[in-house]
Amino acid sequence: MAAKTDTSEAYVHRFAEAKATLAGHGLPWLAGLRERAIERFAALGFPTRRIEEWKFTDLRALTRTTFSPAPRLANGVTGDAVGRFLPADLPSHLLVFVNGHHRADLSDVGELPAGVRLCGLAEALAEAPELLEEQLCRDGALDGHAPLALNTAFMTDGAVLMLARGVALERPVHLLFLATGDEAPAVAHPRNIIVAEAASRATVIETYAAPAAGAYWTNAVTDIVMEADASVRHVKVQAESHDAFHLAVTRVRLAKGSAYNSFVASVGGRLARNEITAVLGEGVECRLGGVYLARGRQHLDTTTLIDHARPASFSNEHYRGVLDDSAHGVFQGKIIIRPDAQKTDAHQLNKNLLLSRTAHVDTKPELEIHADDVKCSHGAATGALDAEALFYLRSRGLDTDLAQRLLIEAFVGEIIDEVETTALRAHLRRVAAAWLTQVNK
Amino acid sequence: MLKIRNLHVAVDGKEILRGITLDVNAGEVHAIMGPNGSGKSTLAYLLAGREGYAATEGEILYDGRDLLALEPEERAREGVFLGFQYPVEIPGVGSMNFLKSAVNAVRKHRGQPELDAMDFLKLARQTMKLLEIDEALLSRPLNVGFSGGEKKRNEVFQMAMLEPRLAILDETDSGLDVDALKVVAKGINALRGETRAIVLITHYQRLLNYVVPDQVHVLADGRFVKSGGKELALEIEDQGYAALGLRDNSAAA
Ligand SMILES: Nc1ncnc2c1ncn2[C@@H]1O[C@H](COP(=O)(O)OP(=O)(O)OP(=O)(O)O)[C@@H](O)[C@H]1O
Ligand SMILES: [Mg+2]
Repeated sequence: MAAKTDTSEAYVHRFAEAKATLAGHGLPWLAGLRERAIERFAALGFPTRRIEEWKFTDLRALTRTTFSPAPRLANGVTGDAVGRFLPADLPSHLLVFVNGHHRADLSDVGELPAGVRLCGLAEALAEAPELLEEQLCRDGALDGHAPLALNTAFMTDGAVLMLARGVALERPVHLLFLATGDEAPAVAHPRNIIVAEAASRATVIETYAAPAAGAYWTNAVTDIVMEADASVRHVKVQAESHDAFHLAVTRVRLAKGSAYNSFVASVGGRLARNEITAVLGEGVECRLGGVYLARGRQHLDTTTLIDHARPASFSNEHYRGVLDDSAHGVFQGKIIIRPDAQKTDAHQLNKNLLLSRTAHVDTKPELEIHADDVKCSHGAATGALDAEALFYLRSRGLDTDLAQRLLIEAFVGEIIDEVETTALRAHLRRVAAAWLTQVNK
Repeated sequence: MLKIRNLHVAVDGKEILRGITLDVNAGEVHAIMGPNGSGKSTLAYLLAGREGYAATEGEILYDGRDLLALEPEERAREGVFLGFQYPVEIPGVGSMNFLKSAVNAVRKHRGQPELDAMDFLKLARQTMKLLEIDEALLSRPLNVGFSGGEKKRNEVFQMAMLEPRLAILDETDSGLDVDALKVVAKGINALRGETRAIVLITHYQRLLNYVVPDQVHVLADGRFVKSGGKELALEIEDQGYAALGLRDNSAAA
């Protein structure tokens, strides 16, 4: 193996030191999984831009530093800090994590209907590990890139949500990850596991945020397994600190007749990548949407893979980006339609608004179609604010800032409006408005 | 109020206005007519401050101040209003929300208290009633999917709400049915007053039956070629520009 110029070896060493104390260390299957994961990580090394999927995202700023495990804090974050990140008028089953560790004192799970399990991963590994083995060790669990393998090697906590057959969870489940970003750069590897059994339904909100500024790394993995006719709505808000790195992979498996609906608002982080991989069974519906809003020197990457493996499924993707200053946006959307996936209906759209000459976006649709009876469309558009619209608004007395803000809000709002729940729409609009009114100069 | 002196305007390097002089005093209504492509909208855009429209010669004084030195929003706050020939559709921006911001920006500049949501709505409803505008129309995004006539009516509605001192209406009468024309005329006449001036750009006598102008000017090929009283508009309606010794620009091209 060639000598590594990055810090991957340091993580391998650290794993050897830490493995005896990691969550669930007494479980042979888990120890074995972690060993396989770190081996895979060592073999892969951190991805470089020579790898096609990472062509537009340079991780060197991340891989120059060795991040130590994020400390477990008994205090230091208050209930007030938590409140800031919750949607208004939308009571939820709330699980709070600080530096990746579940904090029961800040959480508010409330009453759960029969057939719903919601707890921390560390707790689940201690109390009911047999429920997790199948999920964590399923075929292909280690496929993917090095950060994903690293998460599997080091995962300490996260959320476990299990919905029994037919259960409909009325209130959303909110997973709130807060980072304190202390002096030494630290990494958390949250691992979330969501299993929706046949015909169950739930809404899951995932929020990553920092009550104060700080440099740290969140390396999250969320696995969602949807059995027949299950329905999951998933809203994610990535509002990490402006010095933070955020790498996240969401893997969704959709069985026959299920429906997955995701919306990601990405506004934080100095470098963030949201990756979604969805494998679609027969007759499913998969909708992915989101916005990424970046300024300064922020780099926000949205990478999706929709794998139409079986016939008669529908997928729709619509992401919009707003990029100011010298920010860099990336959208990579791959759609595979396998030979067996006749009658597939797949659509993809990516629109970007560039607010400055030095902002830029790389957008790359990638369609791999192996079936003939399919409908498939994709489109991408990148442009500046409409000068005519801007003039029209200004000619009525609005100053340039407000006129621009109205137009950006409109651009972003149009896609937020596709989210179904009123309170979630309002929450996402507030996230966008907060970004818009932020003074960063 | 408005003094235009020997104004030359180039757009994309092409000279469109070639020496225009015009005086509009408070209390007056002026009509500007002229063949397609003669430069009427160019003049309107220049007055409102549209980017890309540069005066290469001459000056425009508004209340004695250099109008061209002001940003579009400053002009609006100082009381200049342009009713667009082609109002812009703006998806995602609510008509009322936008107008409330505009009204308050103008009020703030005039030292008047800003209107809260209730007061704004009250004023808007009164104005809608006067202009016979359906409230449902304004619950939609700005001009999006509005019919041609609805767009023009919305321009007049905005004008009524903003109470400008100098209103320039660029073909606000085009595309209106007879009833809508009367309503629009009512809106314009309601604005008329000692301290205000109105410039109507139009192709038709129709509107001028309801809003009787003090002066009529004919713009051709970037110059005013004739000015007169309200009879001039009738003459043009009767005999066309040819009788004035002019050809239609677009026909000549
Ligand atoms: N960006 C531009 N580049 C070149 N020529 C332009 C540009 N904009 C306008 N023109 C030209 O300037 C001339 C005047 O246009 P303008 O819109 O002012 O005419 P108008 O008198 O308002 O006509 P109409 O009655 O059809 O509305 C036209 O010949 C038009 O093609
Ligand atoms: Mg015109």
